Amino acid sequence: MGQTLAEKVWDAHVVRRAEGEPDLLYIDLHLVHEVTSPQAFDGLRLAGRPVRRPDLTLATEDHNTPTLDIDKPIADLTSRTQIETLRRNCAEFGVRIHSLGDVEQGIVHVVGPQLGLTQPGLTVVCGDSHTSTHGAFGALAFGIGTSEVEHVLATQTLPLRPFKTMAINVEGTLSPGVTAKDIILAVIAKIGTGGGQGYVLEYRGEAIRALSMEARMTICNMSIEAGARAGMIAPDETTFAYIDGRPHAPKGKEWDAALEYWRTLYTDDDAEFDVEVSIDADALEPFVTWGTNPGQGLPLSASVPDPESFADESDKAAARRALEYMALEAGTPLRDIAVDTVFIGSCTNGRIEDLRAAAAVVKGRKKADTVRVLVVPGSAKVRLQAEQEGLDKVFTEFGAEWRHAGCSMCLGMNPDQLAPGERSASTSNRNFEGRQGKGGRTHLVSPLVAAATGVRGTLSSPADLEPVG
Amino acid sequence: MEKFIRHSGVGVPLRRSNVDTDQIIPAVYLKRVTRTGFEDGLFAAWRGDETFVLNNPAFASGSVLVAGPDFGTGSSREHAVWALKDYGFKAVLSSRFADIFRGNSGKQGLLTGQLSQDDIELIWKALENAPGTEVTVDLDQRVVTCGEIVAPMQVDDYTRWRLMEGLDDIGLTLRHTDAIDDFETARPSHKPRTLV
Ligand code: SF4
Repeated sequence: MGQTLAEKVWDAHVVRRAEGEPDLLYIDLHLVHEVTSPQAFDGLRLAGRPVRRPDLTLATEDHNTPTLDIDKPIADLTSRTQIETLRRNCAEFGVRIHSLGDVEQGIVHVVGPQLGLTQPGLTVVCGDSHTSTHGAFGALAFGIGTSEVEHVLATQTLPLRPFKTMAINVEGTLSPGVTAKDIILAVIAKIGTGGGQGYVLEYRGEAIRALSMEARMTICNMSIEAGARAGMIAPDETTFAYIDGRPHAPKGKEWDAALEYWRTLYTDDDAEFDVEVSIDADALEPFVTWGTNPGQGLPLSASVPDPESFADESDKAAARRALEYMALEAGTPLRDIAVDTVFIGSCTNGRIEDLRAAAAVVKGRKKADTVRVLVVPGSAKVRLQAEQEGLDKVFTEFGAEWRHAGCSMCLGMNPDQLAPGERSASTSNRNFEGRQGKGGRTHLVSPLVAAATGVRGTLSSPADLEPVG
Repeated sequence: MEKFIRHSGVGVPLRRSNVDTDQIIPAVYLKRVTRTGFEDGLFAAWRGDETFVLNNPAFASGSVLVAGPDFGTGSSREHAVWALKDYGFKAVLSSRFADIFRGNSGKQGLLTGQLSQDDIELIWKALENAPGTEVTVDLDQRVVTCGEIVAPMQVDDYTRWRLMEGLDDIGLTLRHTDAIDDFETARPSHKPRTLV
């Protein structure tokens, strides 16, 4: 029988296999950031162990970095301590780091692909659940905990049990205004926040093949919100073209060898997935969340659901609790929900294409008086690129704030937070209670919906806007 | 790491499903760079609510958390495990755990035991009827007992062995350094490197 893509990549990385034990898997690329690494380096130091492969390790500062006044010392003492600790650890253990102010600084999942370090067929790990992003290249990429970070630093391997495989077949064509974000929100609403548990999701089908690399990253990024360990997409010409010429892409003969290998990375026709799920791209509309987990989403044209309409008792209870937290009434059209803040950024939707898409919607318009709009590029390079294209002007003329790169309001570890009771339309990936600030209320949306919402002040899609006159 | 064979302690009924790691410990506590002292962040958003279970003195010294399904979803932060351990929890019981959380727990010596939801409900009732009741988690026999209730517990063989032996992960792997060396020798040269 044939193999799935995930199985091929797994098998190519088994260092040791023994009956009754997890496989010992080799890790090709280890990404590090300031939040989940200090205790790992601390552990190495305590045990007197070195980093085995600093040349397969890369650190960047992202979660705590301010997006304003980045040339001043970081005001928040604990944020500063974490960042300074990362810098010290990288210096001590010989790990390359991109610090605040460096042109390659940015969200770890934006930086890896941008440098060309993320490549098909690699195993990629990071102490961050959204490491699944890198699966868009046909890499097996997954988040790990801090003791696993320490394990990879010390041994460049991880003991793991194979994951199960799930195919997500997305056939058909997306309508205008419908994006990768809407696909993944629809997938999570369909299979649930626990539906992917223990699985690697492989996104397949016509609609996936038609997507750009950046859109594929948006989809793989949120696999974790369906509970999955990883998301993957088989590499193709789109993938190879994206990598070609990037700083760490293979060159010359190495490129040819790599390409030959990459072309073997697909699920065989006779391979079997443990589960298959189908999504009809033709039927998709812009999706938004109404609740406090990413599975609580509906098409924008729908209304806030009645908790009693759920069949399952725990879904009912969860919906009741969510509506209370979100201060929403069942039956309210989603389009009538007014927000205070629009956040465009994060490792889900903070790449250049996302900014271009949002800018195209707001160009020549003014934001609603009742909202503040924050645009936070995913990396310093994305910010530079956007400025070269004049997108920063489009956003500032719209009335948005143009910020420096980082995670920012995705999780509110820096000063960019919602105040209690404030409501956001956010292009990030998590709408958990308090995620964007204590008491803050989050609606997850695509960059297009975020931009249109900034114009009208209520959840909207570009189709709801009057033409620019 | 301490060996875990059997543990008895006050059971704490946490009647909530989908308790994600932001709820277990909010992001603001992740700023620390130490490995200990995270107990103050545990369930921080709920600790101010006097009806929250840990605010009941009978449960405050609890060491066995009996939680609803899908415990530990969301971010991979291991601080969630540290916070539970630093507070004094030795075991968490649920009908379903998020994978990363379960993996993190095993490595830190926090037992995540899987019970049927029916048994969880029975234990919840028992604990609520008599706050302060002890729950015994027997990893050797893979059973949980609480008063009259005897519930089978699922833990995979490998995690069980590791916990019962108190074995550290890195030490285990470093016994196979030769295999890692061999693998590295055979790695294709087109694979990327971060240092040039
Ligand atoms: S942008 Fe958000 S989800 Fe992505 S790495 Fe940063 S905090 Fe995590």
